[in-house]
Amino acid sequence: MNSTRRIKAWAWIHKWSSLVCTVFMLLLCLTGLPLIFHHEIGHLLGTEVESPKMPAGTPRASLDRVIAVAHALHPERVVQFVSQPEDDDGLWFVTLTPTPEPTEDFKSVAVDARTAAVLAQPKFDEGFMYVMFKLHVDLFAGLAGKLFLGFMGLLLLLAIVSGVVLYVPFMRKLEFGTVRRERRPRLKWLDLHNLLGIVTLVWAFTVGATGMINTWADLIIKYWQHDQLSTLLAPYQGQPPVPMAKRGPLQQALEAALERAPGMKVAFIAFPGTSFSSPHHNTVFLRGEEPLTARLLQPVLVDAKTGAVTASPELPWYLTALLVSQPLHFGDYGGLPMQIIWALLDIATIIVLGSGLYLWLKRPQPQRPAEEAGARHGATPQGRTA
Amino acid sequence: MKPTFTQLWGWPIALGVLSATGLLSALVSEGWGDVWSWLALGGPVLAMAWFAWRRPPGH
Repeated sequence: MNSTRRIKAWAWIHKWSSLVCTVFMLLLCLTGLPLIFHHEIGHLLGTEVESPKMPAGTPRASLDRVIAVAHALHPERVVQFVSQPEDDDGLWFVTLTPTPEPTEDFKSVAVDARTAAVLAQPKFDEGFMYVMFKLHVDLFAGLAGKLFLGFMGLLLLLAIVSGVVLYVPFMRKLEFGTVRRERRPRLKWLDLHNLLGIVTLVWAFTVGATGMINTWADLIIKYWQHDQLSTLLAPYQGQPPVPMAKRGPLQQALEAALERAPGMKVAFIAFPGTSFSSPHHNTVFLRGEEPLTARLLQPVLVDAKTGAVTASPELPWYLTALLVSQPLHFGDYGGLPMQIIWALLDIATIIVLGSGLYLWLKRPQPQRPAEEAGARHGATPQGRTA
Repeated sequence: MKPTFTQLWGWPIALGVLSATGLLSALVSEGWGDVWSWLALGGPVLAMAWFAWRRPPGH
């Protein structure tokens, strides 16, 4: 294939991959913008729960008491998970649902980890941020919505790669960063599209690719259960979840798990019969304290009756990849300055998407592209400033 | 005239590599890694602002 035909083929790929995904990418960029600051916005709105300050070393309440206090508020429900925020170990979030199966119907109770006092019953399924979150994650359409957005992400990656290939013919006669603002507005926006597109390349590709991987999270976790946990849990297959009356103390299970992995903190505990555990186990998910190890969860399966550790399987590579890809998508691992830069890069991406759409709507007649590539009018930097 | 590889790709590659180091440094280190990520990801943002708003000489 000669080079003109090759460029035409890439231009076709760039046009169609972008056209299909642009509207959804604009939606993702706009809804993602407030999500970058969800903690800060939560503080402002007063929806963020924090534990009251107490001296270090204040004795902690038994986890069994914490669960009992939360359960007393919703006695008709079962406890699926109890979790601890990464930045606040004075707090437990207890998640209660009507069934141990995965469900959208959940109640959350925030309990003080020292006094076992109920601090709040946060509602995570309403309000502005919830709508932004659902539009960003699954368009209110569950797994199908996630996978659809993941496919749009794949098209974005294709648009980025083809855009890089097309950077060559468009920039052949131009110095890096040239913006021809004196001619038709379309030329100015073409140059800005190329400039912002090539500068945000690595960031946009990273956030796009990790976003796409995140859409597969449910499937990856299901595969892990099938692939590794099922062998581990074969002896307990088909058993009903251990009834509440026969379960040993949870505090003891937590301590057994922590003993197994010194230096790690608890992220969350999944109860018997829930999707992250087995019918017969409390599964404690631990995390490290370094920025990277804080993402890599270590599951420890603790027998729900005896409180003895059954196993603590290594995470397979695909779960590690999923967990590492999350911060790279969220931009939440470098403090507030990083969040601000994330927002600015997000806005730059919105401009790239918007200008791309504009360039297509104002597309020239067939004979014009040569001129835009700077060929016919000799739009070299010298020509421009003369 | 065909531009050299460096003329065409020098800045894009430099800014791309810089971004990549910023994305990774904050992941592996809490202190200096965060600070480096602000510089390395902030750099490309400043470069965009500079080229998008600058007026060529004589205008």
